Amino acid sequence: MTMHFDVAPAPHARALDAVPLFMRRVLYALAPAAVTYTWFFGWGLLINFLIAAVTALLCEGAVLRLRGRSTRVALNDGSALITAALLSFALPPLVPAWIPVLGTAVAIVIAKQLFGGLGKNLFNPAMVGYVFLLVSFPVEMTQWIPPRMGDIDYMHLSLLGQLEYSFLGRLPSGLDVDTLTRATPLDIVKEGLRSAHSFDELRGGSLFGDFGGRGWEWVANLIAVGGLYLLLTGTIRWQIPFALFVGLLAPATAFYWIDPHHYAAPEFHLFSGASMLGAFFIATDPVSASTTNRGRLVYGASIGFLTYAIRTWGGYPDGLAFAVLLMNAAVPLIDRVTRPRIYGRR
Amino acid sequence: MGELLLIVVAAALVNNFVLVQFLGLCPFMGASRRLEGAIGMALATGLVLTAASGLSFLVDRFVLQRFELQYLRILGFVVVVGASIQLTNALARRFSPLLHRVLGVYVPLIASNCALLGVALLNSAASRSFVAALFYGAGASVGFGIALALIAGLRERIERADVPMPFRGAAIVFVTAGILSLAFLGFAGFARL
Repeated sequence: MTMHFDVAPAPHARALDAVPLFMRRVLYALAPAAVTYTWFFGWGLLINFLIAAVTALLCEGAVLRLRGRSTRVALNDGSALITAALLSFALPPLVPAWIPVLGTAVAIVIAKQLFGGLGKNLFNPAMVGYVFLLVSFPVEMTQWIPPRMGDIDYMHLSLLGQLEYSFLGRLPSGLDVDTLTRATPLDIVKEGLRSAHSFDELRGGSLFGDFGGRGWEWVANLIAVGGLYLLLTGTIRWQIPFALFVGLLAPATAFYWIDPHHYAAPEFHLFSGASMLGAFFIATDPVSASTTNRGRLVYGASIGFLTYAIRTWGGYPDGLAFAVLLMNAAVPLIDRVTRPRIYGRR
Repeated sequence: MGELLLIVVAAALVNNFVLVQFLGLCPFMGASRRLEGAIGMALATGLVLTAASGLSFLVDRFVLQRFELQYLRILGFVVVVGASIQLTNALARRFSPLLHRVLGVYVPLIASNCALLGVALLNSAASRSFVAALFYGAGASVGFGIALALIAGLRERIERADVPMPFRGAAIVFVTAGILSLAFLGFAGFARL
């Protein structure tokens, strides 16, 4: 019997079009969650995505043209589309069209192209665009709508109605923004715990499901499925999502265990807001995240912890975007401290 | 104790002197080219800033308020800041040659740091006690150190990036600092002063 070795002549690994392939996988992985989101919350997500995608491609093309660079490669790699997709997942479904336009322009021009484009951006572009919008236009950025559920008093616009609001700012007669929008479960928990309601009392509300908010938790489930697909295909590594969950759940469990009335349950934190999207799709951005294995653990855990801290003690209902930007800024320091030793050297 | 911790968090993160109040931008831009330099600058500033906030409290309480000279506050604090820089330098040279060798280069540069005057004036405006003023100064130093270390790390990356011509140099650093200060707004609400 002869031993069989799988040795082929070099080159060993073919990685043609690696960047477009990875980017395509990320978009595929988001698709089931996008369908679920549209089912529960209406057409807003898709409209925002289309607006953001067109803006992203136009901005990227314009900057590259100004710099006299080739636009073909950069526009085909799909990275601008991912920024557009992540930003539109972060935006409330019911916003005027200029919100995704402005957010995407900030993300692509300022956060990405000013630093030299793909692979050079220090901060996650989608999160820069989102935080910029959240800080500048708090009213528009909190127009969240309730999920499509039999027993919830929800009212969704038709596709045409949604388009009309987005581009012309007109709502069907008799409706205004306040009748369509609701506080999100994270808002309710934040305000409720502040005004001395207990968490169990709040969780009994009609917007709350098994773990997080109803509807929202299903979107989170499908995002987790997409995330597992990315993990299994080797598109992302396990360190960052794992560490982020530990960083988020460890303090959440500890505080909930100490005082279950004044702190939200750990599973609520896991399935609410941007936790899932952040863990699998945002914090794992290969450019702006840490590049060493130990560094990835530190980076992910810090994002999880900061998210918990901002949700619990800060002024904003969700903190993931801020946490990602803060840790993006710390990445050069983390990488420097956790640099692996060169083989053979002490 | 809880009160003092809140003061430190508020001064270091929520109202970060550089990124939220935009004080001390000169050393933030000037001494952040390399991480080693930034750390030296941050340590030196930390020493002087804490000392200056204590000294300025004493001058405010026992000289300016005593003789009703509050209208000389800015002038008085400028003198205090200058004096505390000289004092730190002299003490370091006399008692700790090592400290002087590490921080000596940076101490004179601190004179251009408006965060020192800012801390003194803010302490006086909020009429903090001596201990609270010291902690506010210490918190401000920590926040200044964090901001300086972060921007120094980022700048080492920016230098290797393919930044468009018109944005090379200070421009892209200010853009980065702007994004960083957006991120620091996430700390809003942690502690109110």
